[in-house]
Amino acid sequence: MVKGLNAVMKKDILVMFSSPIYYIVSFIFTLICGYFFYSNVMYFNLLSIQASSDPFLSEMLNLSDMVIKPFFGNIIIITLLFIPLLTMRIFSEEKRQGTIELLFTYPISDWGCLLGKYFAVMISYVGMLLWTLPLVVLMGIIGSPDWGIVLVAYIGILLAGMGFSAFGVFCSSLTENQIISAVLTFGGLLLIWAIGWMKRLGGEIVGKVLEYISMTTHIESFSIGVLDSRDILYFLIFCSFWLYFTKKVLEQRYIKR
Amino acid sequence: MIQVIDVTKYYGQRLAVEGVDFEVGERRVVGLLGPNGAGKTTILRILTCYLTPSSGRVVVSGYDSEKEPLKIREKIGFMPENVPLYGELSVWQFLGFVADSKGINPRYKRQEISKVISLCGLERLERRLIRHLSKGQRQRVGLAQALLGDPPILILDEPTAGLDPAQVVEVRELIKGLGRDKTVILSTHILPEASQVCQEVIILNNGRVVAKGTLTELGKRMEDSDQISLLFKLDRDLQNLEWLRDDPMILGLTQCGKHLYEIQIKPSEDGIKKLVKKIVDAGIGILELRQKEFSLEEIFVKLVVYGDDTSYKGEMVR
Repeated sequence: MVKGLNAVMKKDILVMFSSPIYYIVSFIFTLICGYFFYSNVMYFNLLSIQASSDPFLSEMLNLSDMVIKPFFGNIIIITLLFIPLLTMRIFSEEKRQGTIELLFTYPISDWGCLLGKYFAVMISYVGMLLWTLPLVVLMGIIGSPDWGIVLVAYIGILLAGMGFSAFGVFCSSLTENQIISAVLTFGGLLLIWAIGWMKRLGGEIVGKVLEYISMTTHIESFSIGVLDSRDILYFLIFCSFWLYFTKKVLEQRYIKR
Repeated sequence: MIQVIDVTKYYGQRLAVEGVDFEVGERRVVGLLGPNGAGKTTILRILTCYLTPSSGRVVVSGYDSEKEPLKIREKIGFMPENVPLYGELSVWQFLGFVADSKGINPRYKRQEISKVISLCGLERLERRLIRHLSKGQRQRVGLAQALLGDPPILILDEPTAGLDPAQVVEVRELIKGLGRDKTVILSTHILPEASQVCQEVIILNNGRVVAKGTLTELGKRMEDSDQISLLFKLDRDLQNLEWLRDDPMILGLTQCGKHLYEIQIKPSEDGIKKLVKKIVDAGIGILELRQKEFSLEEIFVKLVVYGDDTSYKGEMVR
């Protein structure tokens, strides 16, 4: 069923890592994450100085609320902006160059090709995330963060990245233009992200559906250190849904008429 | 080995190929010929299981293309036209990926890659990025990836396009050699190439097979193939031989060289005997007397350009 997964994954990782785009995207991603981390820490530092003369503020102040939660919240938003840049070429470029025809003449199954490409994106994404680890280590040096919250936040970021990537891969399968693919992914993800904000405009049922679909509903729990199986399920369903439709797009070439 | 049974393919409302029917046996080099838009690429895409026919069946090595496409792809090495490749990879990395895709045992992977690299003359290019290769070099990489894994069937779409004359000769010789133990389907618009390399040809026009068979069979099936050609040397002015032009046995007269002339004669044993005697009596030296053979170009032009020419009596499908 997934014949050729390893071959495609290895090839796509090679292609991804030999492209300057990946390094530029990773660098900018790390830079922005670093900036947000720095600003959160500096704000925390400022409040700490004030707290030395204010016992009430001193009780309120903690590293998790002031640095960890906002930092990981920011990473998810940055991810939403950067994932389209990782997924945009995954099928679009193959279509533009015509290599997709060559690819599908090898004994590779559609699922093997699709999942190989998807895992390649995920590995690149994890590679990008690794650059945020020094910031977390720094957090451990300057204070004593709740490592449980940090771990859950990373799981949340990973799951969100999985969902974003699945949608990005789907958008990439629709067009041979990388820019269109990236814009479609970004626009679509933004819509799915914020659709819950419209819950009050519809009726009760529509509101609940919109709220469930919206990603913000499911990401909050991770940023406060809660690992909710319903939210994990949401992201797994989200991934499967878009990967399934990507497979359907690939199968279009089998349409008899 | 390959059976294409009544295959029709539509792209939306547009008909690409209709009722295509042919068989290719083992260890043959078969040319797929036709003008642009004749349906050659569609047929190749169906054979490689990239596309599914709208109706009809394709059976390769006993496997049905719709039921077991992966089994068929394991048997096929395909080189597409213009050879789309991954420019970011080196030749070795790309062939490594192809080897993995074709499921070549990792133990023999290096050996297999080295074999095709040497077969296609890529030794000095193996570490070079594909995007830095010339068109001819890319063409050779395309051929190497098709040969990798030693598939019993090779499907080559315009394999010599972009090669320099020396490489063209090399590749043609290579294909000829491969045809000794593989089935090769070669799509080309270079007719001399098909004449030199292919044992059989399938001519497509407007999505249909208009002729198929060996070159000799196709030539013989042309009505005019019964023509006799007589070559002679004439030192005197031909104007003095008006009787030769006016002879009812003679169909045509062409000058081939300064003193060389060729006449086409109706195929009649008595008539030929009388004409030859007449020519010899007139003191003209006959150099050659043979049955006229049609070149692939002539057959192609007759079938494709003058497709409505009813003189063709071969396996034409209308």
